[in-house]
Amino acid sequence: MTPDVAEPAEVALRAPAEIAALRRRRYAAERRLRLAGIAAISLALGLLGLLVVTLVVGGWPAFTQTKVRVDFPVERALVDPADPAAGNFRKVVQLGVAGLFPEATTPQELRAAGKILTPGTQFLLRNAVIADPSLVGRTLTLKVPAADPYDQLAKGLVDRATPEDRRRLSDADIARFDRLVAEGRVSRPFNTALFVNPDSRFPETAGLAGAMVGSALALLVCFALSFPVGIATAIYLEEFARKNRTSDVIEVNINNLAAVPSIVFGLLGLAVFIQTFGLPRSAPLVGGMVLALMTLPTIIIVTRNALRAVPPSIREAGFGVGASRHQVVLHHVLPLALPGILTGTIIGLAQALGETAPLLLVGMNAFLTSTPGGLTEAATALPTQIFLWADSPERGFVSRTSAAILVLLGFLIVMNGVAVLLRRRLERTW
Amino acid sequence: MDTMADTRSIFAVNLAPAPVKVAARDVSVFYGEKQALHGVDLDIPANQVTALIGPSGCGKSTFLRCINRMNDTIPAARVSGAITLDDVDIYGPEIDVVELRARVGMVFQKPNPFPKSIFENVAYGPRIHGMARTRGDLESIVASSLRRAGLWNEVKDRLREPGTGLSGGQQQRLCIARAIATRPEVLLMDEPASALDPIATSVIEELIDELRTNYTIVIVTHSMQQAARVSQRTAFFHLGRLVEEGATADIFSNPREKQTEDYITGKIG
Amino acid sequence: MAALLLAAIGLAAGLAYVAGWTAARRFAPPPGTTQHSLPSYHGAFVAIWVGVPALALALVWAALQGHVIDAALLRSLPASLTEGRTEAALGLTLAEIHNVAEGRIFVPPAPEVVEAAERLNRWRGIARAALAALTLATMLGGFALARARLAPRFRARHAVERALTGFMIACALVAILTTAGIVVSLLSEAMAFFRLVPPTEFFFGLRWEPQIAMRADQIAGAGAFGAVPVFVGTLLIAAIAMAVAVPIGIYTAIYLVEYASDRVRAWVKPLLEILAGVPTVVYGFFAVLTVAPAIRSAGTLLGLATSPNSALAAGLVMGIMIIPFVSSLSDDALRAVPRALRDGSLAMGATRAETVTRVLLPAALPGIMGGVLLALSRAIGETMIVVMAAGLIASMSINPLDSVTTVTVQIVTLLVGDTAFDNPKTLAAFALGLVLFAVTLVLNIVALAIVRRFREQYE
Repeated sequence: MTPDVAEPAEVALRAPAEIAALRRRRYAAERRLRLAGIAAISLALGLLGLLVVTLVVGGWPAFTQTKVRVDFPVERALVDPADPAAGNFRKVVQLGVAGLFPEATTPQELRAAGKILTPGTQFLLRNAVIADPSLVGRTLTLKVPAADPYDQLAKGLVDRATPEDRRRLSDADIARFDRLVAEGRVSRPFNTALFVNPDSRFPETAGLAGAMVGSALALLVCFALSFPVGIATAIYLEEFARKNRTSDVIEVNINNLAAVPSIVFGLLGLAVFIQTFGLPRSAPLVGGMVLALMTLPTIIIVTRNALRAVPPSIREAGFGVGASRHQVVLHHVLPLALPGILTGTIIGLAQALGETAPLLLVGMNAFLTSTPGGLTEAATALPTQIFLWADSPERGFVSRTSAAILVLLGFLIVMNGVAVLLRRRLERTW
Repeated sequence: MDTMADTRSIFAVNLAPAPVKVAARDVSVFYGEKQALHGVDLDIPANQVTALIGPSGCGKSTFLRCINRMNDTIPAARVSGAITLDDVDIYGPEIDVVELRARVGMVFQKPNPFPKSIFENVAYGPRIHGMARTRGDLESIVASSLRRAGLWNEVKDRLREPGTGLSGGQQQRLCIARAIATRPEVLLMDEPASALDPIATSVIEELIDELRTNYTIVIVTHSMQQAARVSQRTAFFHLGRLVEEGATADIFSNPREKQTEDYITGKIG
Repeated sequence: MAALLLAAIGLAAGLAYVAGWTAARRFAPPPGTTQHSLPSYHGAFVAIWVGVPALALALVWAALQGHVIDAALLRSLPASLTEGRTEAALGLTLAEIHNVAEGRIFVPPAPEVVEAAERLNRWRGIARAALAALTLATMLGGFALARARLAPRFRARHAVERALTGFMIACALVAILTTAGIVVSLLSEAMAFFRLVPPTEFFFGLRWEPQIAMRADQIAGAGAFGAVPVFVGTLLIAAIAMAVAVPIGIYTAIYLVEYASDRVRAWVKPLLEILAGVPTVVYGFFAVLTVAPAIRSAGTLLGLATSPNSALAAGLVMGIMIIPFVSSLSDDALRAVPRALRDGSLAMGATRAETVTRVLLPAALPGIMGGVLLALSRAIGETMIVVMAAGLIASMSINPLDSVTTVTVQIVTLLVGDTAFDNPKTLAAFALGLVLFAVTLVLNIVALAIVRRFREQYE
């Protein structure tokens, strides 16, 4: 090789001092980038923290419920022990309230005082008497949930300093309630109703039982459909299908399905499952089927990854002893890939549990005051229940919405935790 | 062995007992728990080519990366001992790594041009260090660097094309041009020809020999022939220790240590 | 009934398995030969022949029975109930008959209806008996056929494996069928919509007032279906979300790749993934409860007219949700840039920041672009946050403090509640759905293609 030219003309470079000054500026830029990174992460995590804190602070009060101990005289004149269901429990409630406030004589006062108790009190009484008719003629002492405004008051969520006309409770209302507190009739036990009751128009008796059962049923359907179909698809694509146009089409298809907006699956469910197949609206069956279609790509993708992670030597060993391809896959590859598949499936189901939009479209946002009894009965799910409650105007539903979110997040954390544990316990690296 | 290279090496060493440019004293390197380099003492003379040889994993690349503190970029790496450049400790607190690396350039085993144009590749260093005042200055730095790297005639008409489009040997010369564009004093080369074919290798080797007049060069090489051809001094590393160093001709013709002799005669390696 | 039938089929298949297995155990292969397949394969072979055809029959029957009986019922109705009635009115009558047949009587039904209801119940009984008999016959036939083929040299394993492969192929087709179902249902409903409302009005019209009159004679209040304001609103909110998520996501990725220690990374990455795992209904609630009031009071403080459900609140919260998409895909893209390039830049004396901005980011740009496009598709398709936090009224505004509506909000509001599939209001939702599907599909395909090419570039 010959050099192209001798020495090139020397260029007047910047002086070292100048370059050093430049370098200081470069380091400043370096610090800025670093700070921007820290700021970005802090912002993202700070917002996550804010979200969690808002929910916990807002939802905490909903885990307790203010209750008032009331003595109800279940008079024979009002309730016939032979047919307790037909009894005049409205009157019994009025008598109980009158017993609390002997000084209240006018009907207006009594009516105002009666509003301390949940409007569902008479049904609580009726159910108690139906369950035990021997109560007729005796005095039944019950801890009755306080109505929402009083619940808020007891939890300190009502500012007593606000002018009276801008409060939902008048000074007289507050005074009455304070007297009950002073008499020791007010307690605030754990809000079991939140977990055992179905939905209700009244926050103090509304619960998540219906939504939890609905979610469980929908997830069951989702799992029963997407797990076998997903695994079979993945095995076919990974172990059996020849790489050709068809398998490419399926592959691209699955990747794209994974990114289709969830609401489009809702439209599909509405048009195909409900409109064309005539399946019932609002049913966990339909909700589960839609969720299954959404979860399918996830399960297929994780299963393929898990199958791919099983080293070829295992397959060769199987073929070496004369096993058929099916036998090798079913007896050796699939069991080894199963932990990975299960982990991915649980994560996919957790996603399905939090999914809301498609369930709205197939009508799983109905207002239902009973727990669904089967796959084809109308039901809500946890996320749609949250949506319903978030839309409700009553103050008590604000904190109940947060509480319901905490319950949902609790389920998600448990599911993801199980997935992580499973991975740690069972997954091996080759 | 190439006798031409031999005589030239001996000639150079005998003629100019060069001043020490880089000196290493008791340099050890740890990667986490593992010690990769054990107490190396080595003087690297100015304007000569020093070859670091030895079997793979012997620590020669690790030592090379200490000289421009590239080991800093590996989180688990820790360096002890002292390395001086012109009698200043480069691991001292007042040393600016960025400035140091501008003075100690590096060429890697695999050509690694940036996915930019040929011009931008060479201009990268001068740009970030703010060396040129004007566009014209920048252009002449790029041109002179490409000339020194012996690439100018091949690329002068396509400076705007991506550097990744060149052949392997051209890419490596582009990387050399990129390294010398910042006017370094020392040029570190980590097996610069190992990914190249024999013809490209010989072009690079001739280039190294020419660059010696302006730069102090430290080259890691796997090939003893290459060490013999291009270097004036040779240091032999084995199992993380510096076994022997001296004039290349002495090392190859008359090794003092048994291990060196075994390596050169092909018994280990 | 359905459960009982399924259980019966399952039980029969189980019994068939045992029968096949036992038979195969008793084989005495002729001397010099061996039995080809294990007894379990013979059992499975018989079980498949018993269970699968019966199951298929039951499914087809279940899908058709309702339609067939309804059609027959309509034809059998006396003229007094059908004469000159529209299809919708007939549907109502049919529903009434069903209600009466199941004992849900709200108003005393007409005698014709009661009669029809009795007919319905009778026919249902016949259908049930017929299904049971047919299923039984199918199972017996399958058993006889399969049992006759069992022999020592019969390749039961091959037959079973073929059936298994068939099942797997059928499952693989579900994914295709899902896409096909989406395309067909969206297209057919959208076509029905475009027959009522011309596409030019939908795609270029500037007024979106889909709330049509309740009564059929109120033609004047037929609503306007110009979707441009809806598209503008969608893009506005998506743009706000991207303006939040892209810088935060990319800076986060840069910090995690270039600066963070392993310990920081081990903590931050899972925490960021939580952001992606939070259900969107939770974000919606957060937007309504916390972010929107905060923006409102900030707006009031600055003297700006701020809508209570401003685009800014929905966009901000959506941006938070999308941060992890951008950051994790950017993280992958930056990490995929070969180490040699990073080392090359650092060895030139570049600072880390210079290495990132001048070498790594340009090299990783395609990957990051792919991630951003995927995030954009996510933002456009996101539903719950906007349903809860954005407005319902389509206003043509690009002011982030105004209330705007989005495609997904309109789909939900148009479809939640009553859904008769014959008015433009309902069908409009499917037209919007088609646009949404098409746009997100294109974004996804482009994004995935970019990402794939980027990965291939660095092996």
